[in-house]
Order: sequence, then structure tokens, then C-alpha cells
Amino acid sequence: MEFAYTDEERMMLQMARDFAEKEVKPLAKEVDKEHKYPAATVKKMGELGLMGVSVPVEYEGSGMSNICYAIAIEEISRHCAATGVIMSVNNSLACDPVKIFGTEEQKQKYLADMASGRKLGCLGLTESNAGSDAANLSTTAVLNGDEWIINGRKIFITNGNEADYSVVIAITDKAQGHRGLSAFIVDLDNPGFSVGTVEDKLGIRGSSTAELVFEDCRIPKENLLGEVGKGFKIALTTLDGGRIGIASQALGIARAAIEDAAAYAKERVQFGKPIAKLQAIQWMLADLSTHYEAARLLTHRAAYLKDQGQPFGKEAAMAKLMAAETAMKAATQGIQILGGYGYTTDYPMERYFRDAKITEIYEGTSEIMRLVIATNILK
Amino acid sequence: MKIVACIKQTFDTEAKIVVGGDGQISDEGVNMIVNPYDEYAVEEAIRTKEKDGGEVVVVTVGGDKAQEALRYCLAMGADRAFLINDPALVGADSRAVSVALAKLLSDKEAGFDVIFTGKEAVDDGAAQVPSQLAARLDLAQANVVTDCEISDGKATATREIDGGSETLELTLPALISAQKGLNEVRYPSLPGIMKAKRKPLEVLSLADLGLSADDVASKVELVVAELPPARKAGQRLTGEVDEVVAKLVQLLQEEAKVI
Repeated sequence: MEFAYTDEERMMLQMARDFAEKEVKPLAKEVDKEHKYPAATVKKMGELGLMGVSVPVEYEGSGMSNICYAIAIEEISRHCAATGVIMSVNNSLACDPVKIFGTEEQKQKYLADMASGRKLGCLGLTESNAGSDAANLSTTAVLNGDEWIINGRKIFITNGNEADYSVVIAITDKAQGHRGLSAFIVDLDNPGFSVGTVEDKLGIRGSSTAELVFEDCRIPKENLLGEVGKGFKIALTTLDGGRIGIASQALGIARAAIEDAAAYAKERVQFGKPIAKLQAIQWMLADLSTHYEAARLLTHRAAYLKDQGQPFGKEAAMAKLMAAETAMKAATQGIQILGGYGYTTDYPMERYFRDAKITEIYEGTSEIMRLVIATNILK
Repeated sequence: MKIVACIKQTFDTEAKIVVGGDGQISDEGVNMIVNPYDEYAVEEAIRTKEKDGGEVVVVTVGGDKAQEALRYCLAMGADRAFLINDPALVGADSRAVSVALAKLLSDKEAGFDVIFTGKEAVDDGAAQVPSQLAARLDLAQANVVTDCEISDGKATATREIDGGSETLELTLPALISAQKGLNEVRYPSLPGIMKAKRKPLEVLSLADLGLSADDVASKVELVVAELPPARKAGQRLTGEVDEVVAKLVQLLQEEAKVI
């Protein structure tokens, strides 16, 4: 067992923490309030290599480990969970499937653009009737000569309003059920594509959540990702990796809530002494810190297994479940510790609270996480 | 161009300072960083290289942990690094540090065009090493520099002086100590962090430099460190308005001495 950071991980932590404090934190309130996509920050993150952390250098990524990736997402999300998810989706849901399943040509053409941050990616999976039941899709892809023609609507797509490319999962053979799904890379600069509804949301308001509309959207035959019929497998593999990103995002939110609550408790005087001297407050912070540390170890272990090329789906599900529930609990109790002040927008605690909730929902709800874990341990 | 940047690893500026029972500052559990003023020096060195070509060599005196600070500078874009690490240098004073650096830069790594340093380290705030190093190497120097331009064998440096600024022209080789505002320090990119692992970082003992422990014997010793006294609680004045106002004026004059 080795719990020390490598040189690389230590530098990643220092750089990401510094960047988050100086570049991300000052904009976080406005990004949230104004529903404002932090384009300039995302551009800087691309230049620093944060948009393709574990993509190999030959495809303009940074060639770093998934542990480094987890560290970076946590640090960014410590100050702005919306910026964190923009980064996570591009890395995990857009770059990763192309890296794992793409052809050399696809990697040269699409992966390099996304990993370098020149282009932004998203994953078009969810539909109005296919959320947790991800295979119950309606979007279709039909081969017509040298082109696939895609028709359908994807909803709740993170980065959907700004993305240049999307990995899209669609039905190629309805009779085959989930084995009849295939994955495609779609250049969204396509006349058959448009952005539909852009959601107004409770939290992570700086990242867009949009509807992708495909109407006779014709893409080249060679943009099939992986083999025909492998779309569901590609989606699930992609989401396994994405959960490391979302677990890390949740860790960032949890830490934000714990650190801010602890700082407040040391300053806030009631009954003649700082409330941090009260056991009621101490026990809340002690429990939250313990849950945070446990979730962080789970997350880094899942990342480690992924780096080693070992199965990590169960561990990633455990990490995301624990981190998301810790974030929600930390933000809830964080508001409790700040009392009335925590309920106002003068403090960022209410933002952490709104941001935390989504981590229990997207890239697999906490219920689906428990299902994944149970299926793994009972098989 | 051969460009040198001298750095020091210091406590994170947000670190909580703890003085141990022995009257010395404890570094236990403290996050260590590159001295912020030295970051400006490293940044300026890298920018000079990017403009004029050449190489950036980063040097420090410190313990094993100081390698982390050097790696960080390599990740920013420096090319090579030296750590002067010797038991005889533990607790070294400014003189000892400048002797060791001067030996390295006049001997093994001689032939530089410019040395950048921070104007001071944020830990002891002595601001001694830059000037002592310049003196030992017989270099022109400009301290507390906020703007610097290197061309045609000269450095043009603008520095802060009381109530204004002055611009100096220095013949190279020269030493420039950096003040905040000299530049905006870059973040190491992720590919930079990966490359840093493979860049040369050489650890040198005093013997490797051809120095003895006597050469670097400290002449200044830190006897005892003390934290500033805790801030006193505020006073609350109560009573009739006239009395309170009179009392307040008296306290502001005699105790706070602000009016």
C-alpha cells in the first residue's frame, strides 16, 4: 500500500489548487447567478492540458494518470462545480470513449481537438424515456450508402449548448434490444443538428444542460464508433469512467462545504464562545470529514484500478455513491452550521447545496449506483 | 543565453505557523511552495529564454524536500536544476547560502548571462542573498525590479524607489531581483509536469562544490522565534453619552494614539 503522492500528483494538486483559487473562484458566483458558461476559463484549462488529462500525448492530451485527473477535478470543483462538470464531461464522456473505442483516424480527427480544448465534447445518451433505463432509446441511425442518418432527441446533455462534437448512442437494430445500439461521433456543425431546450436548473448553472435534436442528420459512415451493436457497452464503459470524474466533483463540493463551515464555526461567537467549541458542531464536522476522506480513498482507488487496466466499475460506483451522498450531507449540514447566513446568497454555502444535489442524480443515480454495486457483489 | 534563477522553498503563505517548545518554527505538516517572489524570477527567466533562446537553470539550497520546489520550476519550463544539499547547510544563514550559490555559479555552472532571484523570501524576509550573491560574483545588480528587458548584452531594469521608480541599465552578466508586478506567473501545464520528471536535477554536496563546512559556517543564528502577541479584545464603553465620548477621545489619544 502506498498513500503518498507521486511527484506528478503533487504538482498536479498544487497547480490545480492554485489555478482554481486564482482563476475559477473569483468567477464562481457570477457563473452560477447568471447561468454563464465560463468560456474564458475553459479555454485556459484547455491550454494547460486539463481538458484531456489522461489522453495520450500523441493525441494532444496530457498523458497523465486517472488519479491526477481525479485530483484536478476535485480542485476545480472545490470552487466551481459547474466548471468541474464541464471538464469532467469533456474528459470522461467525450474523450474517453474515442480514446478507447475510436479508430486511429477518429482519434486524429476528433480526440486531438477535444483533448487540446480547441473543441468541446459531450455524450448524447439520455432521452425522455431513457434515463436510468439507458437502453430504452428511440433515437435511430440508419445506414444509407456512405452515410448514417440520425433521427431523434437527446435531453439533459451536459455541455450540449456549447459542444462541437458529441458521442451519440442510437438504435441500429431495434429487434436486438440493447445489443441493437451503436455509438457514433457526430460533428455538431451539421445542418441536421440543432440545440433544443436549454434547461434552467437548480445548480451547476454555469454548465449547460441541453436538448440535442437530430433531424435527418447525415454523418459519414466512418463515424461509427466501435462496432455496430456495441453502443450500449460503449455507453456503460464510458459512464464507469465518468463516475470517477463525478465522484471527484462531489469531493470538491463536500470539501468546500466542510472547509467553509469549519472556518465559520471558528469565527461565529454565540453564548460567549465560538460555536466550534460546541460538541454539536464538532461532531457534525468530524463525521463529515471522515466521510469525505473515505470517499476520497474510494475515488482514488477506482482511478488507480482504471490506471492499472483492471475492472473498476464497482469501485467507481461506490466512490460516486459515497462522494455524492457526502457532498449532499456536507452542504446540508454546512447550511445548518451557518444558520440563517447559510441560507442567503451572501455565502456560497447555498450554492454548494444546490450543486451537490445533481451528483446524486447524473451519470447514474445513487439508486443505480447501489444496483451496480449489488450486481457486482452478488454475481 | 544561459539564464539562472535562484529559488527558495518556503512555507505556504497560508500555513499556520507553530513555534515548538525549543523556540524554533516547526515545519511539521506544512505545505511547502516556491517562494512567491522567486516564482517571478523563474517566470522572467523562462520568458527571457522564450524570447532570446538558451537555457534556464534553477538552483536552490535546501533539504531533500526542496527537490519538489525545483521540479515545480522544471514543470513551469526551466531546463535543468541543482539542489545544494548538505548537513552543514541546515539552518544556513544568508551568507552561507550566498557562498554556496556563488561557488556553483562561478565554477561548475559558470558562464551565465543573467541571474534572476526573488527580492526576498517570504519566510525570513531578510532580502540578503541577492545582494550578497551579486557581490561575491562581482555582478551589476538591480533589486526590487518591476520591469526588465534584456537585449544587446544589457539589462534594462525598472525598480521601485521611494515615491517613484527609476530605470537602470546594467551590463551583463547581471543579477535582477524580482518584485511583484514584474510579470504574471504561469501555471505549469500538465504536459510540462510530465516533462519535468525527465529533466535533469542534480544534487550536490559541499564536497561536490569544493567547499568545506567551515566555508559555510553560519555567522547568524536563529536564537528563538516567537509568535506575535495575541490581539487584545476590544473595549466596550458604557454610560452616559457625554462621559463615553470623553472617555473614547481620551483612549484614542492616549492608548491607541491615533488622534
